[in-house]
Amino acid sequence: MQPLADQLIRSWIHADPGAWPYTQAVYLLFMLIAGALLTTFTAVFSGIVSWYERRLAGRMQSRIGPNRVGPAGFLVWVADALKLISKEDTIPGDSDHALFRAGPYFVVTGLVLTFVALPFGDRLIAADMNLGLFYILSVTALVVVGLIMSAWSSNSKWSLVGGIRSAAQVVSYEIPAGLAIMVPVLLAGSLSTQGIIRAQGGPAGGSFFLAGGWPWNWFVFDDPMAFVSFFVFLTAALAEGNRTPFDLPEAESELVSGYNTEYSGMRFSFFFLTEWANLWVMSALATLLFLGGWQIPGVAPEVIGHSAALVFVSFLVFVVKTVALVNVVIWLRWTLPRIRVDQMMVLCWKYLVPIEMAAVLLTALWMLGFAHLVPAAQSAIHGVFFLAAGAVPLVLFLRQTFANLRLTSDRVDLTNW
Amino acid sequence: MTEAVLFWLFAVVAVAGGLGVVLARDPLHGALSLLAAFFALAGLFLLLAAQLLAVLQVLVYAGAILVLFLLVILLLDLGPARAAASPPGVVKLAGALGALGLAGLLCTLFLSASFPPAVPPSDFGAVAAVGRVLFIDYTLPFEAISLLLLAAILGAVVVAKGKV
Amino acid sequence: MLAVSQLGSWLPIALLFLVAAGLALALASVSALVGPRRARGVHDESFECGSEAIGSARERFGVKFYVVALLFIVFDVEGVFLYPWAVLFRELAWPGLAAMGFFVATLAIGLVYVWKKGALDWEH
Repeated sequence: MQPLADQLIRSWIHADPGAWPYTQAVYLLFMLIAGALLTTFTAVFSGIVSWYERRLAGRMQSRIGPNRVGPAGFLVWVADALKLISKEDTIPGDSDHALFRAGPYFVVTGLVLTFVALPFGDRLIAADMNLGLFYILSVTALVVVGLIMSAWSSNSKWSLVGGIRSAAQVVSYEIPAGLAIMVPVLLAGSLSTQGIIRAQGGPAGGSFFLAGGWPWNWFVFDDPMAFVSFFVFLTAALAEGNRTPFDLPEAESELVSGYNTEYSGMRFSFFFLTEWANLWVMSALATLLFLGGWQIPGVAPEVIGHSAALVFVSFLVFVVKTVALVNVVIWLRWTLPRIRVDQMMVLCWKYLVPIEMAAVLLTALWMLGFAHLVPAAQSAIHGVFFLAAGAVPLVLFLRQTFANLRLTSDRVDLTNW
Repeated sequence: MTEAVLFWLFAVVAVAGGLGVVLARDPLHGALSLLAAFFALAGLFLLLAAQLLAVLQVLVYAGAILVLFLLVILLLDLGPARAAASPPGVVKLAGALGALGLAGLLCTLFLSASFPPAVPPSDFGAVAAVGRVLFIDYTLPFEAISLLLLAAILGAVVVAKGKV
Repeated sequence: MLAVSQLGSWLPIALLFLVAAGLALALASVSALVGPRRARGVHDESFECGSEAIGSARERFGVKFYVVALLFIVFDVEGVFLYPWAVLFRELAWPGLAAMGFFVATLAIGLVYVWKKGALDWEH
C-alpha cells in the first residue's frame, strides 16, 4: 500500500513522499479506500459467486438454474440481498440474545480481515506484512469462535451439533493446512505473501523462458513434496471452509442447516457471505503459495512495478488463476458426495498430518541436497518434473472423458450456457 | 502520544476482559471476555515491537486454547444454571487476603524497580531474529519442548481413555 | 518512536476491522428497520422440525471432541515452531534439519501412540 502511495505522490504531485507534509494523510486516505474496496469486493464477489455456483450446478445437473432476474439470471444475487434485508430478524425466545446477535459479526469480520494480507497483484495489497501468512492463519480463529458462539447461543439441537462438528473439523484440518503452507514458506524463506510470490519469479536475470510466472517456476512443480502439499492444502482448505465433500456441519439432510438453523434475514446471509468469500480466500492462498501468484510469464518480477499496464496484467493473471481454482472447488461440490464423520477424522489425522510432517522434512532435505546446483540446473529439474506431473493427469483425464463420451454416446455440448 | 493512548486503550480492555472472566456468571461469557483480553494483550505486544509474539498470541491463545475452552464448556454443559454455589465466608476472606497480599507485593516490586529505556536491535521481534535465538542459542530447550508436547498428547489420551 | 513506525503496517488491519464491522452492523440495522416484527409466542420457539422442543439443547457431548481439541493445540504449537524454522532454514542448514527432525519425530511418536490407542477412530 505505502509503496504504491509513494509512487503516486512522486508521479502526480512531483513531491518527495519523505518530505511532503501530507504524506501521512494520503496513507490514511489510501487505507480507508482500500478498506472500503476490500469489504465491497467481499460482498460483491460472494454475491456473484452465489449466482455463478447455482448456474454451474444447474448445468452439471442438466437443469437450468436461476434465469429470471436480469440477463441469464445474473441479478438474482441482488434480488436475494434485497429479500434478505427486508426479512424479519428472528431471535429465538430462549436463546442467549447478546451472543446470538454478536456471533455472525465475529464470523464476517474474521473472514474480511484476512483480505488485508491477500495480494491482488504486484503492489496491489492492503498491507504487505512480513508476517502475512501467520496473520491470515490467526485471524481465521475469529471465525471458529463466532461459529461456536452462534451455535451455542441458538439453544437448538441442530445448531449445537452443527457448531461442534464444525469446530472439530476446522481445528483438525488447520493442522495439515498449516503444515502444507510450510513447504512454500521453506522454499521462499519468507512469511510475507508478496515475498512468497516474488520467490516464484525464476532465477534473477534469466532469459525469456526462465523469467517470471512460467509454470516451471511455480512452487507446485518445484519438487514432489510441494506437488503433494498443493493437493493436501486444497483438501484441508475445502474442509476448513465447510465445503462439500466436508459439509458435515451443515448436512441439510440430517441437521436442517447446522449452526445457522435459527438465523434468518441479514444475520443468516452473513454466514453465506462468509462461505462464498472464503472460496476466494482459499483459492487466492493456493494461487499465491503454489501457482506463482501474479507472476507474468516471461516478465522478470522487478520490471512489473515500473509500469501501470504490467501491474494491471499481474492483477489479471492473479484473478484468472484464482477464479480457475474457484471453479474447481464448485465442480468438486457438485461431483462428490458428503463423507462420514469418521472418514473425515481418519483422513485428517491418519493420512494428511503424517504425509505433511514427512513432506516438510523431505523438502528441507531436498533443498540441502540441491543447494550446490546452479539455478539453471534447478530450473531444468523443475521443467522435467513439471512435464511429468502435468502430462500424466491430463492424459488420464482426457482418456477418461472420451471413454465416457463413447460409452454414453453423448457429445460435447457447450450451447445453452 | 499515540503510543500512550493505544497503551491505555489496550490496558483497559485487557483488565476489563480479565475481570469479565472472573465475574461473568455464564462460563461462555467469561470465555468471550478472555478473547477480548487476548486481543488486547496482542495489541500490547505490538506496542512493544514484538510482532511475532502478537500474532502468536492470537494464533495460539485465541485460535487454539480458547476453542478448547469453548468446547469443554459445551461438552460439560456448564450453563449458568450449574454455576457453583457461593463459597463459605472463610474461603472468601482467605481469597481476599491472598489477593491483597499479592497486589501489595507486586506494587512494591514495581515501584522499587527501575526500568532503563531499552534500545532493541532493528530487527527485534521479527521472525528471523526470534528463530535465530530459538534454534541457535537455545536448541536444547527447544528440543525439550517436544518432550513436553509429547507428554501433553499422552496426558490427553490417558484422561479420555475408556471413554473415547 | 520505533514502535509507532512499526505500528504503521498494522493500521490497515484496524481500519479494515472498523469498515467491515461497520458495514455488517449497518446492514443488520437496515434490516431491523425495514423488516417486519411479528407477534411473539410459537414464533419465538427454536426450530425442532415441527416437534415441540424437549428440554434445553445444551446437552453434554462426547469426550472425543475434547481429544481432538487437545491434539489440535499440541500440533498447532508444533506448527508455531516450524514457521520461524522454515523462514530461517537456509541459514540453519544441516544442524537445523537435525534439530527439527528430532522435534517432529518426537511428536510423530505421540501421534502413533494416539493412533494405536484408538483415539483417532470415531466409531466405538
